[in-house]
Amino acid sequence: MAERRKLDYAAVREGDELPKFEVKNLTRTDIVRYAGASGDFNPIHHDQTFASGAGYPTVFAHGMLNAGFVSKCLTDYVGRPNLRKFSVNFRTQVWPGDTITCGGKVTRKFEERGEQCIEGELFAVNQRGEVAITGSFVAALS
Amino acid sequence: MAEKDPRIGRTTQPVTMRVEFGKIREFAAAIKDDNPIYFDEDYARREAGGVMPPPTFTMTQAFWDSHSNRIELGMDLRRVLHGGQEFEYVQPVHAGDTLTARSSITDVFKKPGKRGGEMTFAVLETQFSNQRGEIVLYSRSTIIETAKPVEKKD
Repeated sequence: MAERRKLDYAAVREGDELPKFEVKNLTRTDIVRYAGASGDFNPIHHDQTFASGAGYPTVFAHGMLNAGFVSKCLTDYVGRPNLRKFSVNFRTQVWPGDTITCGGKVTRKFEERGEQCIEGELFAVNQRGEVAITGSFVAALS
Repeated sequence: MAEKDPRIGRTTQPVTMRVEFGKIREFAAAIKDDNPIYFDEDYARREAGGVMPPPTFTMTQAFWDSHSNRIELGMDLRRVLHGGQEFEYVQPVHAGDTLTARSSITDVFKKPGKRGGEMTFAVLETQFSNQRGEIVLYSRSTIIETAKPVEKKD
């Protein structure tokens, strides 16, 4: 497989944007696949009868599935081994048929315990521009 | 001042999970991440000392657990939402590691709901250590019980 380009601390600037990652037209099958992979079978994510009974129009994606999409966007940029902190807040549900765009930007460069670190913000938005996730990260690039 | 919620400080018995290559691949596919660090053992060995799990992979730990070992929060599943999640990566984790997770409730608090009533927030912190006894990861989940079932939008 192709080698991935390494992020160079010296070349990173505060305000740099992460390349976006888009998931088009999320399906119920995508949601069920995540249920199986994660072991999270809360019926609200796959059982229409249960979801309707709880007052939701349909089933919806696990917050952690959307967080996984954001983590893919993040680790493509910083490199998986470099990740030190990753946090997300769930703002609105993601529904079948939604298109999710993940992105973020670098907000700070700093050195800590001999490591050259970057800190930044993350987001996931749907096709209506509604925010599904806000988040943050720290990565060590040295 | 309100009394401390009796749920704060509740802990689980330690839960052991094997970090399996096949499960990593399955999880990475589910989050649509094609990074070879999850799929290609030779590449991962060169880049990271071995196949690593995706950043959110350890969430699967909760479901290795037997129900008898769950922390009882007394929440109504129909009204429970996952509000937020935080990970702190202390040491690398690789396929083949055996992790031991210890969870406890570190905070419980209430806020007024948007449509009346009260929302309850609980923070569950899980510390993961590896087979050498090294702490590798902290995971913190914020669980929300909404005030009442979410109303259907027209």
